[in-house]
Amino acid sequence: MDYVNLDTFDLALGALLVLGNAALSLALKLRLAGSFLIAALRMTAQLLLMGYILTTLFALASPLWTTLAALFMVAFAGREVVARQDKGFPPLIAYGLGTTSMLMAASLVTLFALNTQIQPQPWYDPRYALPLLGMILGNCMTGVALGLQSLTRSVQDRRLAIEAQLCLGAERHQAMLPITRDVLRTALMPIINAMSATGLVALPGMMTGQILAGVPPMEAVKYQLLVMFLIAGGTALGVVTAVMGGVYLLTDHRHRLRLDRLAAD
Amino acid sequence: MFSVKNLTRPGLAAVSFDLPTGALAILQGHSGAGKTLLLRALADLDPTVGEVSLDGQSRDSMSGPSWRRRVVYLPAEPGWWAERPIDHFTDGAALAAGLAALRLSDDIMTRPIRELSTGERQRLALLRGLLVKPPVLLLDEPTAALDEDATLAAEKMVLDSGATLLWASHDRAQAARLAAARPARHFVMDHGSFREAA
Repeated sequence: MDYVNLDTFDLALGALLVLGNAALSLALKLRLAGSFLIAALRMTAQLLLMGYILTTLFALASPLWTTLAALFMVAFAGREVVARQDKGFPPLIAYGLGTTSMLMAASLVTLFALNTQIQPQPWYDPRYALPLLGMILGNCMTGVALGLQSLTRSVQDRRLAIEAQLCLGAERHQAMLPITRDVLRTALMPIINAMSATGLVALPGMMTGQILAGVPPMEAVKYQLLVMFLIAGGTALGVVTAVMGGVYLLTDHRHRLRLDRLAAD
Repeated sequence: MFSVKNLTRPGLAAVSFDLPTGALAILQGHSGAGKTLLLRALADLDPTVGEVSLDGQSRDSMSGPSWRRRVVYLPAEPGWWAERPIDHFTDGAALAAGLAALRLSDDIMTRPIRELSTGERQRLALLRGLLVKPPVLLLDEPTAALDEDATLAAEKMVLDSGATLLWASHDRAQAARLAAARPARHFVMDHGSFREAA
């Protein structure tokens, strides 16, 4: 593969555009100049660090270090799920629910891809395993965060409807079913929209990156398709697990609605 | 016999009473005195400590849904889980008779719930609970939004159901009417404490 090598000057030239954004913000008094600069610096530091870490992990090609890196990624995704909850589950519960469902969904789908479609040697080759996990995890995280937030908001808004069914002898899953369906639709809609828009409205970053790196477009497309299928499967699995777990935690063995288990205002 | 022994939960001091099958008890007290807390506790909608049983069968010996099919709580503000009233009912024949008895027309059953008046919704919720034919009914201000005629029709329907009744009401005239229709006991809630009035 041949591709145009970027040097520091090329990147600095690109970064001028962010400086331009900051200047625009100052001129229009948007008070975003600092945020733009901090976000750009943070992104640079994070990506450079990621570059070094990935270089080391790829060189080691160790199952132990690859697993540790994967767990680290899931742990951070869990933190992000907690940050996106407003008046929802208490942080520890949201973290436990989020990380468990994402770990299960993202690792199952990544293992499926590594052992069937991609088959690298060895099968846990971090050069394939970690980017795949990262892409599935990123989307799964958005779905799980949205699902849990939508669930906790809906049960508070529709408490009377749930309890009306419980009062007449409905079981908890039956009483929660209309809300569970709505919540799952809300949380899965972004991945449907993403699949519909891909290739028409947006050229995905991964595919663009591969093309820029010299991969023939059709090969890049095939990889992108596979990744989108994996993302769709992983997101659905993670969202359903998290939402069903949430329904279970918001009700009890006597089939009562337990809003007291949500974080206090 | 509906028996309650030392039933407590946060905000509710220990409650004990026995109601024979088919008996009527009127529950009174100021707003915020704990009437709703008590009714919810009896229906097992909130975690509680204490013993509640029906006809010698302990609440703990059966599942929550089985208990709530026997001891139905009708909240002051009813909830709806579908768009139209008709989707909340299954027994068509009993429904038609109930609608007539409560002075409701058939055509409201297919209208969106949000378009119905508070009184219409309250009567439909009452009917929905009565059609379960529970041995015990816990009523929380079931006629608060009804006019006089509709209130009288609702009272007659509930009294005719034959269920053991625990009826929370703010309305003294209603309490007197109910007591005149059937021998009644009078319970009072005050700042979370329960007592039986003389």
